[in-house]
Amino acid sequence: MLLFILKRLAIAIPTLLVLIVLSFFLMKMAPGNPFTGEKNLPRDVLANIYARYGLDKPEWQQLVEYVWNIVAHFDFGPSFKYKDRSVNDIIAQGFPVTLTYGFWAFIVSAVVGISMGVIAAVKQNSWADYLAVGVTIGAQVVPNFVLAPILVLIFTLWLHWLPGGGWNDGKWPYVIMPVIALSATYLANIARITRSSMLEVLHSNFIRTARAKGLPGYKVVIKHALKPALLPVVSYLGPVFVGMITGSVVVDLYFSTGGIGQWFVNSALNRDYSTILGVTVLLGALTIAGNLVVDVLYAWIDPKIRY
Amino acid sequence: MKLQAILGAAAVAVTLLGTTALTMPAFAASVPDGTKLAADQTFNYRVLDNINSLDPDIVEDVDTSYVVGNLFEGLYNEDAKGNPVPGAAESYDVNADNTVFTFHLRDAVWSNGDPVKASDFVYSWRRAVDPKTGSNYSYFPGLVGVKNADDIVAGKLPPDQLGVKAIDDKTLEVDLNKSVPYFVRTTAHATLFPVPEAVVEKFGNDWTKPENIVGNGAYVLAENKPGERVTLKRNPKYWDDAKTVLNTINFLTINDENQGVTRYLSGEVDQTDVPAGQYPSMKQKYPDEAHSVPQLCTYYFDINMTDKQPVEALKDVRVREAISMAIDRDVIVNNVLQGGQIPAYFFTPPATAGFKAPDVEMAKMSQADRDAKAKQLLADAGYGPDKPVSFTYVYNTSEAHKKIATVVSQMLKEKLGINMTLQDMEFATLLDKRHQRDFEVSRDAWCGDYNEASTFEGLMDSTSSQNNSGYSNPDVDKWLKESSTSADPNQQYLQIEQQVAKDIPIIPIYFYTKVFLQKTDVKGWPYDNVEQVWYGKDLYKTAG
Repeated sequence: MLLFILKRLAIAIPTLLVLIVLSFFLMKMAPGNPFTGEKNLPRDVLANIYARYGLDKPEWQQLVEYVWNIVAHFDFGPSFKYKDRSVNDIIAQGFPVTLTYGFWAFIVSAVVGISMGVIAAVKQNSWADYLAVGVTIGAQVVPNFVLAPILVLIFTLWLHWLPGGGWNDGKWPYVIMPVIALSATYLANIARITRSSMLEVLHSNFIRTARAKGLPGYKVVIKHALKPALLPVVSYLGPVFVGMITGSVVVDLYFSTGGIGQWFVNSALNRDYSTILGVTVLLGALTIAGNLVVDVLYAWIDPKIRY
Repeated sequence: MKLQAILGAAAVAVTLLGTTALTMPAFAASVPDGTKLAADQTFNYRVLDNINSLDPDIVEDVDTSYVVGNLFEGLYNEDAKGNPVPGAAESYDVNADNTVFTFHLRDAVWSNGDPVKASDFVYSWRRAVDPKTGSNYSYFPGLVGVKNADDIVAGKLPPDQLGVKAIDDKTLEVDLNKSVPYFVRTTAHATLFPVPEAVVEKFGNDWTKPENIVGNGAYVLAENKPGERVTLKRNPKYWDDAKTVLNTINFLTINDENQGVTRYLSGEVDQTDVPAGQYPSMKQKYPDEAHSVPQLCTYYFDINMTDKQPVEALKDVRVREAISMAIDRDVIVNNVLQGGQIPAYFFTPPATAGFKAPDVEMAKMSQADRDAKAKQLLADAGYGPDKPVSFTYVYNTSEAHKKIATVVSQMLKEKLGINMTLQDMEFATLLDKRHQRDFEVSRDAWCGDYNEASTFEGLMDSTSSQNNSGYSNPDVDKWLKESSTSADPNQQYLQIEQQVAKDIPIIPIYFYTKVFLQKTDVKGWPYDNVEQVWYGKDLYKTAG
């Protein structure tokens, strides 16, 4: 197992490097630069800014210095747009926010999604099944940029229960709506995958054997059916977890949480080169780590995979 | 976002010549006797985007300049009408030809207790133009005439050669390389604020972090959470703190205009912009809260006037005039935008101080006459149903721009049979295309850098870096040069406007208004300041 993990880690580093290099050249290919605004800057002013941020150097040198600063100093450089902040500051400030609501959204969607999927499968074609299927289809067809305003309309404007936005260091009234908005679609997917996988397992021979032995229904489900039924769910949960803790641009912008999710789009629109690379590396590293965890979990659930 | 610099420049306003000391009363929250103040003096102001930098020498956009204007104070501030009032300076002297200004600083301290010295201004101004700082606004001191500023930016002179010096701790002398009668107004701009030398030197790039920052304004920074909020608290060490009423200012980042309105209605923000098209319904529902005030900005179309223009028809002035005539501005302002905007037939907003609106022929015609003339012009140019004009219009992605583009293309199609293809793109791409002159017709807008017509007319100069259409007319260039030394520049401005209306390198569409909702308990708001410069120290909230 240890060798397996080490091997995966050894692949992770070159993967990240490829990611950086590709992102670097892709963003340089986009028209415009971080300093174009509606106001065109005089040539001398622009030259000074380029020199200040090292953009006057050849591109290969910029790339090498950039990678070196990350490897040697873990420094992603200054933001080109938010000039008194470094990319490290931006990540340090925004990541805890998305980590918080992303974590809760993950718990909610995993727990509720799996429970709904299991119940729907076990009570197939009952009212519980129809309800679960109805809810999941509903959650799936309403994207979060539609769901978020609906939530605000109901809970802020009509009921006056929750504030319409802000974060305030993660006090719970500010966390609830971001969590619901972020988890809805994932919850629906998890429930759907669980239900179909569970149905398949429940119709397999070893479950028929277990029932034939006279085991009570709940024991059959929990002891025998659940673990194999969760395999496809677990492989889905890995990337979902990473996607959730890095936040969502819709949630961050709509609820003004100050999370990291907004920077994925924001930095690209601003051509804020260093921030684009910083958040890309963050997402890349987390995705690699997330996949690794999934592989390990997989091996634990299904011994066949270990060998 | 574009910076609408906090600078007023009606040359007529400062008419005192010679070495006359000027002392004016300072401006502060003027609460009428008997007013019952609210217990909670917190003002929640919605901003569109993240706050970009709290460093006065670097700040770029309007919303950020409001934050910085509360944390720091320049030599002079603006009052509710946009006129200069003493800030960090108590008074000033000026020589006969408006080239040397001597400011007398008041006794004031930084938020850490250190005295505010003339040398703090010198340090800040030099830092702003220092190539090493790399500020977007490093051109500003040069723009307003501070001696040697442009050469320092260009790297030809060291920063200590800038035309500003501290005679003693309380006296600051500014040398200009041209006569700038309105110079005092420009000191309300963030680039000319002071910064605390010791703090900047100690913390470097981290000096604006909440735990480090030191300011001389009426408020201090309590929290800075990008994408969420910036919180300012009252500065008890501010020289006029006794007259300050608001205790806390929250700048809440709300990216979506409709979400801004929702959070306004739920009481989370005290002020927010009204989305395009919603002003009439808001005015009906909240008559005391919905406001529409003129703003120094013009919305217009650029027509590529350079050789790179691929559409032959657009090189014919008759075609350009036909297009301009056929665009019904009244429909755009009354039916699309509905925020009290003013139809534009010339370039400079009529709200500009000292500007006399030109008598443009098209403005006096009825739309039916304009349409008839448009058809005639197009036919004269040899275009019609058999030979239709086709061009592509580029704009940056936004609901309001899209609505306007759609309506205009409809008008041109129906009235003149012109095929206007719409192409939207993200902002940075549009800017790049415009810069490369890789467009046929493009959306454009300009907000005045200061409250005087030259900030608009200057764009028509063939050498202006903002002249996106690539328009070049030697007469216009000549009149612009004349206007800078003219006793009555309006004469040249009118000539320029008439010539531009004839050549049509741009098609003005409308003059902006700022359309916003504001809670009725907020008092002291400067509605009459066309640049909307506001200071928390001038505001207060009433009870009930």
